Amino acid sequence: MRIELTVNGERREADVWAGESLLYTLREGLGLPGSKNACEQGECGSCSVLLDGQLVCACLVLAAQADGHELVTVEGLAEDGRLHRVQEAFVDAGAVQCGFCTPGLVVATAALLERTPEPTDDEIREALSGNLCRCTGYAKIFDAVRAAAAGGAS
Amino acid sequence: MCKRQGGMDYPARVEVLTPRSLQEALALKAERPDARAIQGGTDLMVELNFDRARPETIINLNEVAELRGWSRENGSLRLGSGLTYTEAMEGELAGLLPALAEASRTVGSPQIRNRGTIGGNLGTASPAGDALPPLLVEDAEVELASVRGERSLPLADFLVGPKRNALGEDELIVAVRIAPSGSRQTFMKVGPRNAMVIAVCSLAVAADRERGELRAAYGSAGPVPALIAAPLDERATFAERVAGAASPIDDVRGTAAYRRHALRVLAARALERVLT
Ligand SMILES: Cc1cc2nc3c(=O)[nH]c(=O)nc-3n(C[C@H](O)[C@H](O)[C@H](O)COP(=O)(O)OP(=O)(O)OC[C@H]3O[C@@H](n4cnc5c(N)ncnc54)[C@H](O)[C@@H]3O)c2cc1C
Ligand code: FES
Ligand code: FES
Repeated sequence: MRIELTVNGERREADVWAGESLLYTLREGLGLPGSKNACEQGECGSCSVLLDGQLVCACLVLAAQADGHELVTVEGLAEDGRLHRVQEAFVDAGAVQCGFCTPGLVVATAALLERTPEPTDDEIREALSGNLCRCTGYAKIFDAVRAAAAGGAS
Repeated sequence: MCKRQGGMDYPARVEVLTPRSLQEALALKAERPDARAIQGGTDLMVELNFDRARPETIINLNEVAELRGWSRENGSLRLGSGLTYTEAMEGELAGLLPALAEASRTVGSPQIRNRGTIGGNLGTASPAGDALPPLLVEDAEVELASVRGERSLPLADFLVGPKRNALGEDELIVAVRIAPSGSRQTFMKVGPRNAMVIAVCSLAVAADRERGELRAAYGSAGPVPALIAAPLDERATFAERVAGAASPIDDVRGTAAYRRHALRVLAARALERVLT
C-alpha cells in the first residue's frame, strides 16, 4: 500500500507492506537509518521519533498509521547544517560511546526540553526512562541534558 | 527474531483498513470478524514484530474521532477507548480519577504512555493491566458496540480470564463510563524499577466516605484484576482481607507468597494515604 506523510518538513510517499512498522519504513523505505532498531518491542527507545510532536517508538507504530501525519526523526533536528543544541551537548559531554542509543536519547531530550526547558534531575530521569544505554552509565548523558538545558535557557 | 518485513513468511495479503468514523469501523468489524483492531499498537505491534499474530486484516482506529479523549455526560465521565495514558495523567481528568492518573504514570515510558490506550489495555485484558485496578475501584462500565447495537457491562464482568474478555467477534470497545466517586484513592505497583515494569503486583485503594466503603482492586495477583470491598469501619482487617482474596501464582516475576505479602503491605500503606 502507498502512504503519504510529512517527514522532517518534507512531503514523502512510500510503498509499504501493510504489516510493517514505521521504523522499517524509515530505515528501509525512506533512507533514514538514524532511528535505530534494537529491540522492536518498545523497551529500548533507540527508535524514538516525534509523531505529530509526540515522542513515540517507531517500532510500535504501524507504518499505515502514520499516513497523513507528521514525523520528525533525528535527521530532522539539525538545521542548515548546524547540529541541534542537544546534539552539540551530547558530543561536548562525551555522552556518546558506541552511539547506538544516541539518536533515541537525542530525540527524547529534544522532546523534553521543548515542554520543560529547565528540567529537574527527576524530570530528566522520568523523561528518559524509556531509553536504554548499555555503554555510558548515564552520568554523561545527564551532564549533556543539563548542559543543553542551560544552553537553551541562556 | 523473524524476518517477516517484506512479507516473505507472512500471509501474502495483509490489509490495513483505516475507518474515519465509528459506524464505518463497526461495519468493517462485522464484515471481517477475524480482523484485529489497533490503537496505540503497544501490544499488537509487539505481536506482529515477533510473528506471534498474523492477522490478515488490521483495523486502524486512530482516525475514529468518537474514540478519542474524554467528556462529561450527565455527571458521569466517558473515557474514549483511545484515551492515552499521557492524557489520563494530565489536567482535570487526573484530578477526577487520581488513582487512574497514578497508575498511568507507572506505565512503561513516556513513549509508551503517549501511544498506549485504556481501550488497548481492556482489549489485552492482562492480569497485570495497570489501568484495570483503578477502573475497578471506581465501578467502571465498559461500553461495547457492533452493527447490532450497543451494550454496557461492568468491568468485572468484562474481564473473564487471563488475557480474555467478553468482547464479541463483531464488537469494538468504544468507551469506559464512570461516575467518579470523588473519594480519596491511590494506586501502587511493585516492580524492580519505577519505569518499564510489568507489575509483580499492584493495588488501587479508595476510601469512599459517601458510601461508607473501602474498595481495593489488585492486579497481577490472580487470573483477572479483582475488587474487594468492606465497610469503612473495618479498616483494621482490610489489608489481611485483600491479601486473602487474591489468588496469586508463582512465575518469573515473583512467587505467590511474595505477592500476597506485598499486597498486605501495599494495602496498609494505601490506607494510610487515603484515610489520613
Ligand atoms: C515497553 C512496554 C511497556 C509496557 N508497560 C506496561 C505497563 O507498565 N503497564 C501496562 O498495563 N501495560 C504495559 N504495556 C502494555 C501496553 O502498553 C498496554 O496494554 C496498552 O494499554 C495497550 O494499548 P494500545 O492502545 O497500545 O493497544 P493495541 O496494541 O493497539 O491493542 C491491544 C489489544 O486490544 C485490542 N484492541 C485495541 N483497541 C480495541 C478496541 N477499540 N476494540 C476492541 N479491541 C481493541 C487489539 O486488537 C489488541 O488485541 C507495555 C507495553 C510495552 C511495549
Ligand atoms: S527498537 Fe523500538 S524501542 Fe527498541
Ligand atoms: S552509547 Fe552505546 S548504548 Fe549508549
